[in-house]
Parts: sequence; C-alpha cells; structure tokens
Amino acid sequence: MRKKRIFGRTAIFIISAVFAILFLLPTVLTISNSFMTQGEINANYGVIFNADSPSSYTSEKATLKFIPDKVSLQQYITVLFKSPDYLLKFWNSVILVVPIVILQVGTAAIAAYGFTRWRGKLISGLFFFYVILMLMPYQVTLVPNYLVSQWLGILDTRWSIILPGMFAPFSVFLLTKFMRRIPASLIEAAKLDGAGEWQIFTKICLPQCRSALYSIAILVFIDYWNMVEQPIILLPDAAKQPLSVYLSTINAGEVGIAFAVATIYLIPTLLLFLHGEEYLVEGIAHQGSVKG
Amino acid sequence: MKKAKKAWFGANGRIRDFLHSCCFIGPSFVGVAIFFIVPFAVVVYYSMIRSPINPQFVFLENFKNILTNTAFLTAAKNTATFSAVAVPLAVVLALCLALMLEARIPLKSHFRTFFLCPMMVPVASVVLIWQVIFSYNGVLNDFVAIFGADKIDWLKSDYCQIVVIILFLWKNLGYNMILFMAALANIPRDLLEVAEVEGASRAYKFFAIKLRYLSPTVLFVAILSLINSFKVFREIYLLTGPYPYQGLYMMQHFMNNTFASLDYQKLSAAAVILAIVMVIIIALLFLIEDKFGKDVEG
Repeated sequence: MRKKRIFGRTAIFIISAVFAILFLLPTVLTISNSFMTQGEINANYGVIFNADSPSSYTSEKATLKFIPDKVSLQQYITVLFKSPDYLLKFWNSVILVVPIVILQVGTAAIAAYGFTRWRGKLISGLFFFYVILMLMPYQVTLVPNYLVSQWLGILDTRWSIILPGMFAPFSVFLLTKFMRRIPASLIEAAKLDGAGEWQIFTKICLPQCRSALYSIAILVFIDYWNMVEQPIILLPDAAKQPLSVYLSTINAGEVGIAFAVATIYLIPTLLLFLHGEEYLVEGIAHQGSVKG
Repeated sequence: MKKAKKAWFGANGRIRDFLHSCCFIGPSFVGVAIFFIVPFAVVVYYSMIRSPINPQFVFLENFKNILTNTAFLTAAKNTATFSAVAVPLAVVLALCLALMLEARIPLKSHFRTFFLCPMMVPVASVVLIWQVIFSYNGVLNDFVAIFGADKIDWLKSDYCQIVVIILFLWKNLGYNMILFMAALANIPRDLLEVAEVEGASRAYKFFAIKLRYLSPTVLFVAILSLINSFKVFREIYLLTGPYPYQGLYMMQHFMNNTFASLDYQKLSAAAVILAIVMVIIIALLFLIEDKFGKDVEG
C-alpha cells in the first residue's frame, strides 16, 4: 500500500515537472535568445523568418537553442541606442496602460463599495447587468466604442482607448465580490462611531481589499499591456500605437531584436508579478461564483 | 432649519441611502452608459435601418444579409469551433492539474509559479516561438520527419486550429488551475475525512463531494475561459496578420475587415447577433449551475 503511494506520488511529480518545464520554456527561450548575436539568431532561425531570401550563413535546419554561444548585448544596444522607435512604442504602451489601470481600479473600487453597501432591487439588477456586460466579447463592444469615439471626436487619440478602458466592468465585478466578504459588523461599528460613508470606504474598506486591488491591477495591466484589438481599430496612427501591436510588424531580418524587445517588454509584468504573486493568488482565490 | 433637515433625512433613510448609492455607483454608471449602453442602443438601431444617411426601417434585412454572408459564416464557424473545443479543455485540464498538485510532492509552490508564467509573457514573444516551432521549416517538422512524415506549414493546414488551441491552453491553464486550487482548499476537510473513514472510493470522493463544492468555480472558470477564447485573435493576428488561413479567420478578423469598409449595417448586425448568442450561452451556463450547485452554499 505504502509502496504504491510513493510510486503514485513520483508519477505525479514527474508529470507536473514535465508540464512545468513546458510552461516555462518559451519564457526562458525568449530571454536567453535575446542575448545572442544577430549572426547566431540568423544561423538558428534564418531558415524560418528569411525563407524568401536565405542568406549565405543560414543553416538548413531551424534549431531551438537555449544557451548562446557567446553572450552578447548587441541586440539590446541596437534597441536602446540605435533605433529609438522601440523605446517610443514602449513609452506609448506605458502612457496608455498606466492611466487605464489606475482609473479603472479607482472607479471600480468606488462603484464596488456602492454595490456592497446598498443592495436594493434596482442596484442588484444593475450589478447583474454589469456581469452580463463583463461577459461580452470585445467584438460586441467594439462597434459601440467606435461610435462614441467618433461622436466625442476622440477617434485616433489615446482617449479612445483609455476612456472605455476606465469603465470596463471586469474590476467592478471582482472587487464587489471581494468587498462583500468584509464582515458587516466592521462597517456597522464604524458607523456607530460616526464615520461617514466616504470615511468607511477609505479607512476600512480599502485597506481590507489591498490584496484584491493589487491582484486586479495586475490582471488589468497584463490584459491591456498585450492589447491588439483596440489599437488597430481605434488608434490607426502608427506613431501612437503601443509596442504590443508594433512588435508584430518587426520584419524578418530583425528577429534577434524582437527577442530583445520582447524581453524588455516582459520586465514590467515580471516585476509586478514577482512582487505580488502571493497577492495575486490570494486575490484570485476569493472569486468563486459569477452570480451576485 | 438644520434640525428639520436632519429629521427629514432620518425619516427618509431610504432616500438618503439612494443618494449615497448614487454617489458611489454614479461615476462608474455614467461611464458605462456613455461608452456601452447608449452606443449599443444606437448599434441596435443601425442594425435595423438601411443606412445612416437613408434611415429607412428595414427590420431584419441586415440580419438576413449577414447570415448569408460567407465571410461572416466562416468567422462564426471558426470562432464557435475554437471556443467549443478550447473552453472545455481549459476547464478539465486545469482541474486535473489542480487535483494533481493536491498531492504532497516536492517543489509544489515552484510548480504553481511556473504554471502562472505564461500569463506574463508578452503575446508577441510567444508568437515568435510558436513560429519557430510550427512554421514550414520549423522544429516540429524536423521532429515529424524522423517518423517519415511530410513537411507542412502547420498554420496553413487543417491542423491550424490545433496549433492555436495549444497556444490558448498554454496561456490559460495556469490561472484556471490556481482558481481550482483555491476552491479545492475551501472544501471542508471534515467532510472528506468522514468519507475516508466510511471507506468511500476515490471516484466517489471526487464526484460526490469535491465536484459539487467546485461547481461554482467550474462555472466561473468556464466563463472566464470563454471570454479569453475570444481574445485568441491577438495571437492569431500576430502570427498570421489580417488575412490568415481560412481555418483561422475569426470573428475579430471579420469585424476588422468590415471596419475597413465602414459598413455600419454589417457591423451592427454582427454585433447584435453576437450579443444575443452570448446572452443565450450565459443563461444556459447559469441554468446548469443552478441545477448542480443548488444544495451547496459555496
């Protein structure tokens, strides 16, 4: 019996390990390949990305290589000092995504408090409407977004992405779910002490939700950091597009640069992630059911 | 005066509550109204008129047109197939992984982190690696060649959806798994212990106890995966550009290409149809959850 159990556990360990490695592989590959020289990248992948015009030094076969022959910062130097386009696009991403995250989580926190404290029929109905809206794919909300941007004259400006992003119902939903778990006695006690609603919100509610706020901010950040659909429709001006879209236009001769840019693009997410993994898991853990 | 005001508010706690709730929910609601509700009403209106310049009421004509449009039908079929395969897989496999990680094995918390890793990798770099693996001269073909198979361009073959499904699963399993792990941890231990003492089989413990407590999470994960399955357009767009192989032509491609010609009638009709289909799917999921999750308070 005991023997069987140990055997089972070893099997599970091996399967998990295989999965874990598969999951980790692309990340490791991106980072390690960003330290290769352009020559080495060409030798490894030239056959894939330069299929039309194979240059003399490409090998016949593509190889996935993990460890560079020679660690080089060549790609990074190109990205950081020689082609300002990438940094510009990176900055575009930052000034789109940071306002969205802050505004969305801020508005959502206030609204979530409203949905937590008052639960009349009207408000419950409204909350259910938010849930439905949250579940609508972007293909449904895209046309309405486009129309509003046109009416407000903000089409092809950053506001056409930031403003709808600010009111996305996803954070409202998650935060409401979280706030409803705060013991009502805590709020009642504060009320008896003469605290106003705004005070209860800022002094009691928000500190209780810190992990949820953080985890939702990370989720929203990741989502918008990788956005593609919105910019190509609402922000056709290439000069204002974020790096997530621009990366797709990097041409075949610059694959090495692409890895370096991708690595740089990964850093903000990585930092948020490493700093808040526990929050993220804790925040996710309390979500549970979809219905109000 | 002040006293009167106070008395008025005191006697009308309801009005005060209403005003308070307006203050908190108001800002968000105004935004939602401006950016989603009002324009969506206009979209519904647009879907039933001939054109914005010639607003003749034609009721279902635009819908008839779009339901016979080959591009729309292809996009709808591909999107539906993709979601129908990818979403159940994302739920079941994530649940399996979560159950596996319940066992006491070394490095457990590290595995959890590794599984979450794909979430943070930028879409664009994932796409590079997928190209290295699946393109005509890619690594997978070299591997397949060992067994004597012919080289194919995976993204332009009948297997293209499988390639994208793998990408989708790779990206989403980790997060779904964490949700399941959290839900598993919330199942009352004593219940499982009683079952153990009573000599319940493993299968019984899973189906009769765990799955019942997990049912709200299953619904949540399913819905989340469904939302994410519509976002797979990002990867496809970065992999294959605005005009992919037919099997990868998704709803978002159709919308983008229709935007290029600014055909509001087509766009509106497509958006309305999609919204209706989504509402039906959501209602079905809620009904199913009601049936299964009735007797447990999650």
